[in-house]
Order: sequence, then structure tokens, then C-alpha cells
Amino acid sequence: MLTKKVKNRILFLVSISILSLAAVFFIIKSLNKNILYFSTPTEIKKEEDIVIGRAMRVGGMVKKNSIIINEKNIQFIVTDFKNEILISYSGTVPNLFAEGKGVVAEGKLNDKFFFIADRILAKHDEKYMPPEIKKMLENNVK
Amino acid sequence: MFKFFSSTSIYSLIHKLINFINSIFFLILIIGLTFALVLSPPDYIQGDSVRIMYVHVPAAWLGLACFAFITFLSIFNFVFKIRNFYFINKSIAPIGLLFTCLAIVTGSLWGQPTWGTWWVWDARLTSMFVLMLFYVFYISAFKLLDKEETIVKVSSTIAIIGSINLPIIKYSVEWWTTLHQPASIKIAGSSSVHPAMLLPLLVMLLVFLLYGALIFLMKYKTEIIRIKKKNIKRI
Repeated sequence: MLTKKVKNRILFLVSISILSLAAVFFIIKSLNKNILYFSTPTEIKKEEDIVIGRAMRVGGMVKKNSIIINEKNIQFIVTDFKNEILISYSGTVPNLFAEGKGVVAEGKLNDKFFFIADRILAKHDEKYMPPEIKKMLENNVK
Repeated sequence: MFKFFSSTSIYSLIHKLINFINSIFFLILIIGLTFALVLSPPDYIQGDSVRIMYVHVPAAWLGLACFAFITFLSIFNFVFKIRNFYFINKSIAPIGLLFTCLAIVTGSLWGQPTWGTWWVWDARLTSMFVLMLFYVFYISAFKLLDKEETIVKVSSTIAIIGSINLPIIKYSVEWWTTLHQPASIKIAGSSSVHPAMLLPLLVMLLVFLLYGALIFLMKYKTEIIRIKKKNIKRI
């Protein structure tokens, strides 16, 4: 079954897949920062040469009891449970925006702990359950 | 070993299979839709838009599965020249494209009410878009080239390069931060979808599988007839 032709074809395929794997690997490696859709507060804190005023995205959980709604804007704290960042935003928020839920904010850093957002996206987690179950779980915690 | 895959022996089997799937497809479709649209509960935070998931997730799975299958057969066809695999691939590719597009469109419809946007260029959505492009390249190799030998070479190369994208799609939500949520249903370990929602999802997966199989068999049958009556170009 393994004639010379067949061997040649196998060799061709193997070399193509190795080459393209390597190409993809290097493309992804060089793009690594850009593939990240958002940075977490910890990453922002660690980052040394951060550009204040450059457009970027911050993501994490909305800290419980941190949402303050004024007439003009809404302020809340995004946390990754290690570090926090204060976000200020004026505009409408998505329906799923809530305390304790994931959020991604697009905008600019004012300084390392204050972020001004132009757009808020809600990030949904991977849990799906009926409302009654959620209530049951909450009661159990209490 | 490859005798089983010869087109003659398989023709009567296809006919029986088409009839069989036709007889059960609508029954399962109705069961699946009843579970998905009526009987299953709304989500605790998304409400009724969770029902989009019952189309989105099976479509995305099958879009990936079709491409993996195509790659597998492409490699075999390229190396061992099993002509039948060429026709199987030709019949599967449009189905995979359909499912991938369906996953993208339904995902977009779901994203608007939940995330607050139709589309973002995060790793998962972008890699899914790349998969769609690879399907388009793959199919256009069949449409644009005329010599079968060249088609096999070009399309297999496209399939192999495109298959590198498959693990990227799968793990994009773990390797990078994305707006898309991580996988709810894991091959190993417990899933984070409540059983009342998992059941309609699995039934809908079966519906999509049967639908894909049905369309595939019909296309494949046409291909076989085309070989048998070589002078007919269109049927």
C-alpha cells in the first residue's frame, strides 16, 4: 500500500501542516496582546508603560454594592478579585449589566485606577439555569 | 477494505437511509422545538433569549465537526486517492458552511440583547469568521477549478491549513480573554447548563444531525447519479 508515490504525498502533507502550524504559531505569538479582547485590572496595574488616554477595554466583575447612579453618569467598580478599577460611564447599559456579573468597558484610562468608558458590554458567564433554581441556590447560601 | 466505499454498493443503502430519516425527522423536529420553545424554562438572567442557544450551539458544533470530517477525508483522499471521498467532501462542505453561517447569525442575534452588541472582533468570533472563510475557499475550489486532480490537491491543502483553526476556535475562550463565554458543556466533567435546558439542547443537536445527514445523502446521491450517467451535466 505504501508505494513511493503515496510516501511522497504523505511527506508533502506533513510538511505543509508543519509549515502552516509554525506560521500560525508565530502569527498568534506576535499578535498575542491584540488577541486579548480586554485587560483585567491586575494586568493594568502590572503594565508599566501604559498609555494614558489610549483607547482600550477593561473587563471583570462588577463589584457588589458599587454601582452609583447620578443624574449624568453611572459609576461602578470592576474587580478581578485581586485589583479593582473605578469606571465612569454616561449612557445606557445593556440589560444584563448587574452587580456581580461580568462586564467589558470600552474607553480610556484616566489613570491606573480610573477609567472613562464610552461603551459598556455585558459579559455573560457559562451558567444557564431556570430562575427557580437560582432562587433556591441563593436561599441555600443565606 | 475500501471496497465498501465504492459508489455502487452504497447507492441502495443511501436510498433506504433517506427514507428512514424522512420518516423520523419531522417527529423529532416537533419534539425538539416543543422542548426548546415551550417546555424548557427561561434563563434566570437572559430570560427567553436563552432559546437562541438551542439553535446556536448545535449549529456551531456541527460546523466544526463537518470541517474536521472534511479534513480527515481530504487527507485520505489526497494520499490514497479514494475517489469516493472526493464526492463525500463535495457534498458535506455546503452543509458545514450553512451550519457555520447559522451559528454566526444566531450568535449575533443573541449578542444584541445580552452583550449589547451585534458583533465584536474577539478571539472566538473572529476564529469562527475565519472558519466561514475557509469553507468559502474550500467550496470555491470545487466551483472554480475543473480538473478533478487539481481540485483534490487545492482543496486538501485548504482543508489541512483550515483545520489548524479548529483547536483555536475550541480553546480561544480559554487562551485569551474574550467577550464570548467559556464552554458550558465539557467533554469531561460536569456541565454548567441545567438539565432542563440540556435536554432540549441535545434533542436539537439530534435534529440538526439528522437534517445535515439528510441534505448530505441527497447531495451525495445526486453526485453518484452524475458519475453513473457521465454525459449528463445537470440533474
